[in-house]
Amino acid sequence: MAIHKGRGFAAINYPIGMNLGGDPAQALVHSTPDGKFMVALSAIDLGQGMKSVTRQIAAETIGVPVEDVYVDTADSDTGPHDMGSFASRGTHRVGNAVIRAAAEARKQLLEAAAEELEVNASDLDTDGRGNIHVKGAPGRSITVMETSQAAQFKQGRTLAGRGIFLIPLSGTDPDTGEMTPVSCFAHAALVIDLEVDDETGEVEVTQINSAYEVGRALNPRLVEQQLIGGAWMGVSHALYETTEPYYPDRSHGPVDFNHYVMPGPGQIVPHHIAVLERPAEDAPFGGKGPGEMCANPVLPAVANAVYNAVGVRCDTLPITPEKILRGLRANGGARPQGRR
Amino acid sequence: MARTALTFTLNDAEAAVFVDPGANLIDVLRRGVGDLSPKQGCAQGSCGACTVLIDGVPHLACLTLAETVEGRRVETSGGLADGPDLHPLQKAFMEGFAAQCGFCTAGMLMAARALLDRVPNPSREEVIEAISGNLCRCTGYEPIVDAILAAAQEMQGNRRMMR
Repeated sequence: MAIHKGRGFAAINYPIGMNLGGDPAQALVHSTPDGKFMVALSAIDLGQGMKSVTRQIAAETIGVPVEDVYVDTADSDTGPHDMGSFASRGTHRVGNAVIRAAAEARKQLLEAAAEELEVNASDLDTDGRGNIHVKGAPGRSITVMETSQAAQFKQGRTLAGRGIFLIPLSGTDPDTGEMTPVSCFAHAALVIDLEVDDETGEVEVTQINSAYEVGRALNPRLVEQQLIGGAWMGVSHALYETTEPYYPDRSHGPVDFNHYVMPGPGQIVPHHIAVLERPAEDAPFGGKGPGEMCANPVLPAVANAVYNAVGVRCDTLPITPEKILRGLRANGGARPQGRR
Repeated sequence: MARTALTFTLNDAEAAVFVDPGANLIDVLRRGVGDLSPKQGCAQGSCGACTVLIDGVPHLACLTLAETVEGRRVETSGGLADGPDLHPLQKAFMEGFAAQCGFCTAGMLMAARALLDRVPNPSREEVIEAISGNLCRCTGYEPIVDAILAAAQEMQGNRRMMR
C-alpha cells in the first residue's frame, strides 16, 4: 500500500460565447445632469466582474474617469435585450455592445461641448479626467459636467448611445454540415500534480500550474480571481461533486451540503498562473474574458494525473475513491505510468 | 400563538421585536428587525452564510432560536463598518478580491471577526479552522484566507499606533 504521485496535462481551446441566433447583446448609455454616465445592461454580474469590466470599457470609450460611470444591470423587463451571463460571453459580447453605445454617447458629448465652445466637434478631445478641450489648446476647455448640463437644460439634447453586438449568422453547408459557430477562442494549458492513496482510493491535488490566454486582461486582478476560483471549482467537479453518484440510477444522491461534497479551505491547492495576453481583434480592447474555461481543463488534467499515478482510467465524473479502488482491483493493483 | 417580546442589542443599538414561538434568529434579524446583512443559505446549519456573533461567539443564526438572544449582544456584518470607514476585514476582503458573488461574505466576515477578537495574530491554519464551517462557491478560499491574514496584520499595526 502506497501513495503514488501523478502528473496530468490538459489543453483547451474555448469558444467565447455561442453563435446560435447571432448571440446578441445590447447596451444603452446615457448621461445624467451631474456629468456622470449610466450604462444599462440586462446581462447580470454573478460575481465574475462583468460590472467592473463594462464600467472600464465605457469609461475608456467615452473618455471620462471610471468613477464617473455607473453600470445598472437592471432586469430583463426594463433593460435592453441580452442573451445573458453564460457561455463565457460577458466581456466579449456585452463589452462590444458597450463600446458601441459609449462611442455614440461620446460623439454626442463632443457635439454638445463643441456648441458651447463654438468649435468643431472634430477638434475636441477628452482628457479622461472629466474635461473636454480643444486639441492643441488645453486652455480652451469645458468640463463634462458643464457639457451635460448645457445639453440637458440649454441645448435640449440627450447625450446617449445605443449599442448592439451581433455575430454574423453562420449558415450550415448542406453537403458537409460545416459552419462557423464561434468567432473567438480563448486558450489554456494546465498541469495537475496529485497523489493517489492506493489503499483508500483518495486523491489529493498538490499543485496546479496553468497558462491562460484570455486576449487582453482588462482587469488583471479580476482575471486572476476568476482563474483561482475556477480551478478550485474544476478540482471540485473532478473529484467530489455530483447530484447523481450512480447515474442513471438516481438513488443515493445528496440532499444537502453535508452530502454534496466539496473541498473546503483546508484543501487549498497552490496554483501558479501565467496569463498570456494576445489581444483579440474582434474583442473589446482585446479582452476575451476567462469564463468557463477557468474550470474546464482541470477535469481532464486530473483524470490524466490519476491515470499517470496508478494506471486507472476513469471516464466518468467525479473520480471517486470507489471508482479508483474498483479500477485498481480490475488491474490487479497500482500501475504507475511514470514521468515522461 | 402568542408572540413574545424580544429585546437584544444589535450592533450596539437596542433592538425590540415581537417574535413567533420557535422563530429562527435569521428570520427575526432579516424580516423582524430589517438587518439584511446576514444571509440565509442552506437553512440547516451547513453553509455558514448566516453566521452572526452572540456575545462575541459565532453562531449559525438559522439554527438559533430567536428567543435565546433575549438581553444578549448580537453582532452582524452590517455593524462592522464605522460610518463610512470600513472595518479592516472589509477593506482586506475588498483589496484582496476575496468576494465574488458575495453570498458567503457576511458569514465569512463574522467568522473571521470572532477569530481576530480571540486570536489577534492567527496562523494560516487557525484562519482555515475558523472559516471551515463557511462554504464559498466562487473564490477557492485562498483569497479569503489571505484577506483575513492581511486584516490581522493591519489591526495589529493599528493597535501599535494607538499605544
